Amino acid sequence: MEAGELRQNAVDPSQNAYTRIAGAWLRGQGVLIALILVFLFGVWRYGDKFTSDFNLWTLAKNNTYFALIALGMTFVIMTGGIDLSVGAVVALSAVTAARLSPHGLWIALSAAIAVGLIVGVINGGIISIFKVQPFIVTLALLLGARGAALNLSNNASVSVDYASNYKDLWNTTIGVVPLPVVIVIVAYLLGSVMLNLTRFGRHILAIGGNEEAARLAGLPLNRTLFFVYLLSGGLAGLAGALLAAQGNTGSPIAAVGWELTAIAAVVVGGTLLTGGRGSVWTTLVGVLLLGLIFNELNFERGKGIFDLTQYWEEVIRGLFLLIVIILQSRLTNTARVTRSM
Amino acid sequence: MSEHPPTPPGSQDVLLEMRDIVKVFPGVVALDHARLTVMKGEVHAIVGQNGAGKSTLMKVLNGAYRKDGGTIVLDGREVDFITPHQAQVGGISTIYQEINLVPFRSVAENIFMGREPRRFGLIDWPRMNREAREILAHFGIQLDVKQPLLNLNVALQQMVAIARAVSFGSKLVIMDEPTSSLDEREVATLFDAIHRLKASGVSVIYISHRLDELHEVGDNITIMRDGQTIEETSLASVSKLEIVARMLGKNIGELRREGTTGFAERKVDIESAPFYRAAHIEAEPVLRDASVELRKGEILGLSGLLGSGRTELARILFGADKPDQGSLTLDGKPSPIASPRDAIREGIGYCSEDRKAEGIIPEMSVRENLTLAALPTLTKNGIIDPNEQQAIVDRFVALLSIKTSDVEQPISQLSGGNQQKVLLARWLCLNPRLLLLDEPTRGIDVGAKAEIHHLIETLADEGMSVLMITSEIEEIVEGSNRVTVLRDGQTVAEFDRAQIGQDAIIAAMAEGSDPMPDTVEV
Repeated sequence: MEAGELRQNAVDPSQNAYTRIAGAWLRGQGVLIALILVFLFGVWRYGDKFTSDFNLWTLAKNNTYFALIALGMTFVIMTGGIDLSVGAVVALSAVTAARLSPHGLWIALSAAIAVGLIVGVINGGIISIFKVQPFIVTLALLLGARGAALNLSNNASVSVDYASNYKDLWNTTIGVVPLPVVIVIVAYLLGSVMLNLTRFGRHILAIGGNEEAARLAGLPLNRTLFFVYLLSGGLAGLAGALLAAQGNTGSPIAAVGWELTAIAAVVVGGTLLTGGRGSVWTTLVGVLLLGLIFNELNFERGKGIFDLTQYWEEVIRGLFLLIVIILQSRLTNTARVTRSM
Repeated sequence: MSEHPPTPPGSQDVLLEMRDIVKVFPGVVALDHARLTVMKGEVHAIVGQNGAGKSTLMKVLNGAYRKDGGTIVLDGREVDFITPHQAQVGGISTIYQEINLVPFRSVAENIFMGREPRRFGLIDWPRMNREAREILAHFGIQLDVKQPLLNLNVALQQMVAIARAVSFGSKLVIMDEPTSSLDEREVATLFDAIHRLKASGVSVIYISHRLDELHEVGDNITIMRDGQTIEETSLASVSKLEIVARMLGKNIGELRREGTTGFAERKVDIESAPFYRAAHIEAEPVLRDASVELRKGEILGLSGLLGSGRTELARILFGADKPDQGSLTLDGKPSPIASPRDAIREGIGYCSEDRKAEGIIPEMSVRENLTLAALPTLTKNGIIDPNEQQAIVDRFVALLSIKTSDVEQPISQLSGGNQQKVLLARWLCLNPRLLLLDEPTRGIDVGAKAEIHHLIETLADEGMSVLMITSEIEEIVEGSNRVTVLRDGQTVAEFDRAQIGQDAIIAAMAEGSDPMPDTVEV
């Protein structure tokens, strides 16, 4: 009798199940909760200035390039790889775009993306054909792309042609929404569809989950890896184009360390560094969270209560990153412990 | 050793008593007031179908899971280990199916990992190596303890795992399917080690699907079904058939009629001309002159000892590896197969013997694992058709009676038998003409085994060819239409249906083989 009762309790479909599902969903959304809390903190402490249209749109725009490279990085990491070259690619494509800006927006933009795609081809080609570790290959391309950017710019910032319509890339708005934000939303929508509904997307997760099993199931291993790095390169190229449009300049020493910011956003978003599991949207939330923290630190400095130098800000951001990741792993801990055994 | 009279239950020499153990997972009661009593110095067998609760019970015992109810008394004290580490310190060690050691580190380091002997704060290497040698010598094993673990074969690695457990001063060693990847000689080595453990007063819990072994090595037995303990008795008092009957909840008469495997007598005409043929295949380091032919609608048994090149040959047939020498002919022409993708295009599927490493994508759901190879046929304009995918999944889950609470459940949460069915379905939904099955029933319970046998046979009747690699000689004898025997990478014998007999196959497998190839000399 007791056993029978137990069994019924265990599969009880009533409200218990809903709270359980809600609980499971919340556990998966640690980063979203953190984002909301940090946002509310900003509203409480910095008030109207913080919630002004100007601040929020600027915040969104200034994170578009991070959002793009983090999107590419999400797919790379889902296969179990890493792309360290994206920061350097951003610099290289920004310089390219600035140099070609006299020829108009479309040529400069296409060239910037093409530069990213070329780096992606080299990354993806070497990784998939020669089976070299992505860490090493993309590290080499990091150096190579940065060097190319310095060469192309003669080690100086290149200004965007004043007469060019290149600036439109940054300043156009569609309704109230700035064009860069629209680009990011479209990119994430496409990325989400690709991951969840296409073969390519499922192959990415299968390869990251168990590469040998994926190969024996006949999945196109080389092709999938190749396109993942190609995609990451192309998105980094697009991010570089946006950066050049924002600052009206292409600097060869810009975007140093951005690959690490992107990796941080992906990991904060809950994508497994070992591959096989992850989500596109949580990466976007991760990007926004990191950006929001940066924004609020600026406000804090504006208040002048604490003597915050930029260097201390870095330390605070690092600490915050740790806190979020620990929180994240705590929230998902119950599920993981049972699985790992 | 097995002649020793089993210790009578109820004597005061009880080492472990688990009472009324309850463990509930979302949607499932895994343990329902299960019981287990283990005497000091006995080998205690636990049997049950997959999902009967054996592994869960062991995980509750060794701290991998927390129990939801019941008591555990170890050596007269109530215990409740929270982590496997605590259990180990408390005297319980577990040897897993997949060996949990570090392949690149030396044998000695693996034995002493976490408790390396130190001198002046630094690792005392000479002492560590010496003690490792002594511990292994206790099991009659002599080998170079400085070599990396990966140099050893699976059986010796398992010995190292056991040696590690013993060096902790364990009172109880849990072995979960320890023989599933061992050949006969290696099993003998393991049994010898178990007898030595027993002689030194250590108790062993022995979980195995190979019922033949139990009478050889065990004293008492606990039979589980549906999370409950069905029977606790001495092994001497039950026959193999009775054990199977209790596990399945059937009566003995039914089982007698059905035989021990799920294969029935087949009387089919098989075309005489082979459609796929591998001739004189050589591939480093194992295959030297291996040949095999496959005909439509036949079940070909590929037999041989572990290390004879069975898996290597199957992988070459599937395009997963490339031969150094030799020819592959498909449909009368040189085979175009250079990769698994090509093989799949030609209608060939392959179920690997290592489900965990080469079969399942653990993070993915049952649905996604099942349709992984079929995605090209399910895609319209680059988008996967969810309805068609669901239809295939529903059909095969029903057809193979895959037990899953929800097809969205991660496959890693399924039992071994159900995982194997999902992997079979992965290929069957492509309607292949040839299925290469490497140890299709390894680590699978009796019930699921018979289902898989039956399925293989039905498929062959419908015209599919099956190449079946198995270490279980009954499967070869009862299931195959033809048998090809490999020894040391060479094809040494072929038997037609009429000639298939257990003794002849064993003789061919063993004949003239080097008796000592897997003892590593110092």
